[in-house]
Amino acid sequence: MIRLDGVGKTYRTRRGDLVRAVEDVTLLVEPNEFVTLVGPSGCGKSTLLKLVAGLTPATRGAIHIREQPVREPFPDVGFVFQQPVLLPWRSVLDNVLFSVEMLGLEPRQYRKPALDLLELTGLAGFETKYPRELSGGMQQRVAICRALLPDPSLLLMDEPFGALDAMTREEMSLELLRVWEERRKTILFVTHSIPEAILLADRVVVMTPRPGRIARVLDVALPRPRTMELEFDPRFKAASEEVRGLIFARRGTAR
Amino acid sequence: MMRLRVVGESIVPAATLVGALLVWEAATHALRIPRFVMPAPSAILAEGWDWRYRFLGHAWVTLGETLGGFALSVIIGVPLAVLIVYSPVLRSAIYPLIVLAQSVPKIAVAPVLLLVLGYGEIPKIIVAFLVAFFPVVVDTATGLAATPPELLDLSRSYRASAFKTFVKVRLPMAMPFFFAGAKVAITLAVIGAVVAEFVGSDKGLGYVILSATSYWKTELAFSSMILLSLMAIVLFGAVSLVERLVCPWLAPAAEE
Repeated sequence: MIRLDGVGKTYRTRRGDLVRAVEDVTLLVEPNEFVTLVGPSGCGKSTLLKLVAGLTPATRGAIHIREQPVREPFPDVGFVFQQPVLLPWRSVLDNVLFSVEMLGLEPRQYRKPALDLLELTGLAGFETKYPRELSGGMQQRVAICRALLPDPSLLLMDEPFGALDAMTREEMSLELLRVWEERRKTILFVTHSIPEAILLADRVVVMTPRPGRIARVLDVALPRPRTMELEFDPRFKAASEEVRGLIFARRGTAR
Repeated sequence: MMRLRVVGESIVPAATLVGALLVWEAATHALRIPRFVMPAPSAILAEGWDWRYRFLGHAWVTLGETLGGFALSVIIGVPLAVLIVYSPVLRSAIYPLIVLAQSVPKIAVAPVLLLVLGYGEIPKIIVAFLVAFFPVVVDTATGLAATPPELLDLSRSYRASAFKTFVKVRLPMAMPFFFAGAKVAITLAVIGAVVAEFVGSDKGLGYVILSATSYWKTELAFSSMILLSLMAIVLFGAVSLVERLVCPWLAPAAEE
């Protein structure tokens, strides 16, 4: 589905300094796979997502989605950010329809699918509310519905639950898994929470900071559907220890 | 309940106002203050009532100049804001000029402008515009620039055109900012129109104030001032009303 070959991104700051955000990232993501990218802040995880989305060009290497080189934004991609960034003047339903509207599709034909998505994410009855009448978790659900409505085959999520409180966060993780079970897509999910990365993923990509490189790719062999109880599973614990070790060991040597 | 609370909230300021007017009235009589120094509220009211028909014509002129200046500041100010936000070159070209124009005291410019443009209502509209347009430009530009970068990325990832992004995202995002500027602009436009009338005119409330004071008709000057304030308040209220109609999502959520 996604192929990254030796991808690197160097950009220049306003002051003229060169920053190597990402370096030599090679990764193959299978169709309908759930891959999480985990690493400390400043490891270029978000840059990597933008590269895959075609929002910014890579300085080195090549990115292919379904064997096609990514040179500009790819239409078959959904994006969810850390902040819901909803449009405050639109109702919940119209916010969900925003994606198809911007894609140049006919919003009227997507009303029913949009309502189904809201139902699926537990937002039935909130269609006519304004975003500010919703809690942070509910707003993020609307943002996810917005990304899912055009039914993209690839979903890019940039710390989507990072701004939520711990309890809402766990709830949202499980809900995302439930939605994903129903509507399979390839998901590339950036997080800095190790348990979140393991709970969600088929594979966890551990990254090191400055420049962002892949330290290791871990297979998560935990059964699905997953629940919070898995956190007490010895395999889960082993995986978190390994990820933690990778992140902090590198950090130690860097100093 | 709601109604009762609103009434309760307005009782204190209303009582204060009435009390102040009563003290004023009593003081002018008790201290025998000459009417051309400080007329009693009752005298102001009586004079205003006498002038009610003549006032209509003058108020109409000032209202026209104010609305003309305000309309110009929106028609010119909003596109300027768009240019500033979308073009870094134009930003560095226009912005210093706008700031420079703002720092020139327009009230000092008014006599020169009237000299150049002549009398009549057009120069007054231009002075009102010059006084009012700055907040419209600055606030609208701030609003247009306030769109979260993620939303712009999102629009770009859907391959929406820049125009579509402008109409569907940036412009509505800037609306509350635009109205903040417009509310300041409408009250400034009143000031601009009156100042321009001071400089040279034969109609309008500014003219009435000026000629009334030169004939020691302080009551008339006061009643014109009150009329002007009422006009400014009504205009401000009208802009706020339009804001509420255009941006219903800003209204406070209904209490449950």
